[in-house]
Amino acid sequence: MTFQTGPRWGMPLASIAGTASVLALAMIFFYVPPDRLQGIVQKIFYLHVPAAWIAYLAFFVVLVGSIGYLWQRNLAWDRVARASAEIGVLFTTLVLVLGSLWAKPIWNTWWTWDARLTSTLVLWFIYVGYLMLRAYTPDQERSARFGAVLGIVGFADVPIIHYSVEWWRTLHPEAVVVRAQPQLPAEMGITLAVATLTVTLVYATFMLYRVHLEHLEDENRDLEASAEPPPAPAHA
Amino acid sequence: MRTYLVQVCALLAKDLQIEFRTRDTLTAILIFALLVLVTFNFALDIRPEIADAVGPGILWIAVVFTGPVGIGRTFSEERDRGTLELLVSSPVDRSAIFLSKVASSMAIMVAAQGLLVPAFVGLFNVQLEPGAIVPVLLLGDLGLAAVTTLLSAMAAHTRAREVLLPVLIFPIIVPLLIAVVQATSLVLGSELARDRPWLGLLVAFDAIYLSLGVAVFEYVVEE
Repeated sequence: MTFQTGPRWGMPLASIAGTASVLALAMIFFYVPPDRLQGIVQKIFYLHVPAAWIAYLAFFVVLVGSIGYLWQRNLAWDRVARASAEIGVLFTTLVLVLGSLWAKPIWNTWWTWDARLTSTLVLWFIYVGYLMLRAYTPDQERSARFGAVLGIVGFADVPIIHYSVEWWRTLHPEAVVVRAQPQLPAEMGITLAVATLTVTLVYATFMLYRVHLEHLEDENRDLEASAEPPPAPAHA
Repeated sequence: MRTYLVQVCALLAKDLQIEFRTRDTLTAILIFALLVLVTFNFALDIRPEIADAVGPGILWIAVVFTGPVGIGRTFSEERDRGTLELLVSSPVDRSAIFLSKVASSMAIMVAAQGLLVPAFVGLFNVQLEPGAIVPVLLLGDLGLAAVTTLLSAMAAHTRAREVLLPVLIFPIIVPLLIAVVQATSLVLGSELARDRPWLGLLVAFDAIYLSLGVAVFEYVVEE
């Protein structure tokens, strides 16, 4: 039996993602010029926006994994869903923290109940709830089943939350920032594209390792379950 | 189709009969919701001039909290008594169990609001047009009952279910809460409320979560 610690394509993918990260950081710091109005803080944009894209992608992958699990009852689907939920929460946290750091100098506040911020926060709560539900359901098969149901029910809420929060907050200060961008200068557009691709590669690497780890955990559980119980200690 | 309706009605009758005999849930959610109104009065020092602005939010916090506190308990109780196991092994469509539970939860909530809303009007001295507020209440209760029923059936099998249930429910019902509070503010004649199709949003929310519940409930209770 060969002993393998990492996933098969782990090292190659991690190397590519690592190289891309160095390249993207170099572009953010040295290539792209700072925004004329916002100055150096605007560079948060090149991590903030890709992280937001990954957060939504990750939760969509949770939905796909959830439907796949309920359809085929194969734990491989569930491992994908669970891993993606964890990474999605990580990136959503990143989006919120980076957004806060950006908002302080630009809007002069750490937080505002703007539509986009509010729906991101609600999304964060839904998927933290997902992870809690998984952790608090002891039985593995049931945990996978409940997770799949919440993965579907939670994602169905995304468009409803979006519209309700948008209607609730018609004032949209972020639109000012966003509207300024359709005519992104070439350097900014290229840097954003590279950063987005990089963060996507990082997501893929995390997914590969996390799914592999879940797989090892499942194998370990099966081995432990099938192993002979240790001999009971003799009574003194 | 007819047998399905008969099943839903039989299960609903069972739930309501249990509730009628003990009145556990009704008493609990009514007293709890009244207490929320009173507590908010101390917390926010509600003077007549701000009652119209904050009143709708307080009323709906009181209603929404009755979800996990009262309605959500019915599944854990059925599970503890072994009722759920018998229901699932009986030749009844699982979605019929879901729909009957939504209906009985809604009936209990409506009964509680029959006293809660007049108490709200009296305590905060606001003007509510009954014909305008009843649709808001009914649509809000329906969505809340659907989400709570689906999630509490899962939370009944988990550790720390008392904490987990509100953690799961509250983020999901954010759109519902926004819509009912804004719609109630409009009924109160608030100028701060934004005039949007809130009732339409409520109908959409209820329709989505009722049909999702019908579709996925069988995966929740399968043993």
